[in-house]
Amino acid sequence: MSSIPQQAGSLTLEDVRTLLHAVADPEIPVLSIMDLGIVRDVVLEPDGVEVHVSPTYTGCPATEVIEQMIVSKLQRNGVERVTIKRVLSPPWTTEWLSETGRQKLRRYGIAPPEHAAGKRSLLGRSAVHCPRCSTERTTQVSEFGSTPCKASYKCDECLEPFEYFKCI
Amino acid sequence: MALRTFSAMDSNDARFNYVLRLGDNALVLGQRLSELVTRAPELEEELATANFALDYIGQARLFYSYAGELEARGRGEDDFAYLRDEREFRNLLLVEQPNGHFGDTIVRQFLFESFYVLQLEALTDCSDARIAEVAARAVKEIRYHLRHVSQWLVRLGDGTAESHARVQQSLDDQWRFTGEMFAGDEVDETFRLNWNGPQLEQLEADWSSRVDAVLAEATLTRPPAQWMAGGGRQGRHSEHLGYLVAEMQFLQRAYPGARW
Repeated sequence: MSSIPQQAGSLTLEDVRTLLHAVADPEIPVLSIMDLGIVRDVVLEPDGVEVHVSPTYTGCPATEVIEQMIVSKLQRNGVERVTIKRVLSPPWTTEWLSETGRQKLRRYGIAPPEHAAGKRSLLGRSAVHCPRCSTERTTQVSEFGSTPCKASYKCDECLEPFEYFKCI
Repeated sequence: MALRTFSAMDSNDARFNYVLRLGDNALVLGQRLSELVTRAPELEEELATANFALDYIGQARLFYSYAGELEARGRGEDDFAYLRDEREFRNLLLVEQPNGHFGDTIVRQFLFESFYVLQLEALTDCSDARIAEVAARAVKEIRYHLRHVSQWLVRLGDGTAESHARVQQSLDDQWRFTGEMFAGDEVDETFRLNWNGPQLEQLEADWSSRVDAVLAEATLTRPPAQWMAGGGRQGRHSEHLGYLVAEMQFLQRAYPGARW
């Protein structure tokens, strides 16, 4: 049995992860793909790296762009062969969004998903806090928004419109 | 209940056809919904229908890719979408119906998604791991759609006299397409036996009670039992599908092999 490689080219697993932290979501550029929780695994192979990625929504147009960004990021840093494996199961959930990711979203003006995602919370209505003034007094304008992952809201205190990263 | 007998069918062939039908329902409805972009009655609903369309096209791609692998003749998602003729599509007649007015669109969406969400839930337990994982991903999206269209159905049905009358008419007009969802054939039966696929009788009972509950809240009357249209799943379509396919496939037909 061959041993698991410790490096891909001159990069260690930690180096690869650091590089992936610098790959931004093309639609919400403040978030890295690591913050988003869509990178499920990184596997070093004798001649390259295999990255396991979960799409957020089946039709999300960003999925392919993200995959290309991963490939070019790693190749530019000396990894010869980058393979992307799409992982559908278990399906991606907003629970996988990191705490740093949530803070970044809020600072960017998008309300992060309320915790305890899953079957129930997607269908129930939990209070959505305004990302600017934190009040719970907000109104849903539309269950849909500019990308599949967002809904549109407005704040009843500071009156600013904002987007909500919906729970799924 | 009448006993139905089916001729024996090769089980891999049945699975391929089952997946192709799932892909065709998703693609045709996705294409229909995308026709509403720039012409929905209000901006929020345009966002909603565009989001629905995107989810459906994403689901169609996953089903078609898998169908291509099962068939093992080198066809991929684009071949299924762009290079088949109308009669090779295996979608339900319901999903190819025109968008009509907003009430028609909501009713079509409600009747189909009330079924599709149950079909996907059942498929998460099937023994084909690939279909099960696509279903688990897709069902989350469809639940969100269904909540939205159910709210609209209630708002229109329990709204003004005008909206009530028009949406009741939409329901009466489209009811004849609902029987096809539960009219199983050898593909369903072989898939059920070999891969623990959905029990159509069970889906029909669950669909019926869920639909009745929303109709009651919407103060709408369930149309009486009647003659049901069928044939879409065997490739015999209403006149509407040909126009949809012609528009969708224009580019590939006019410029064969064109790529981005």
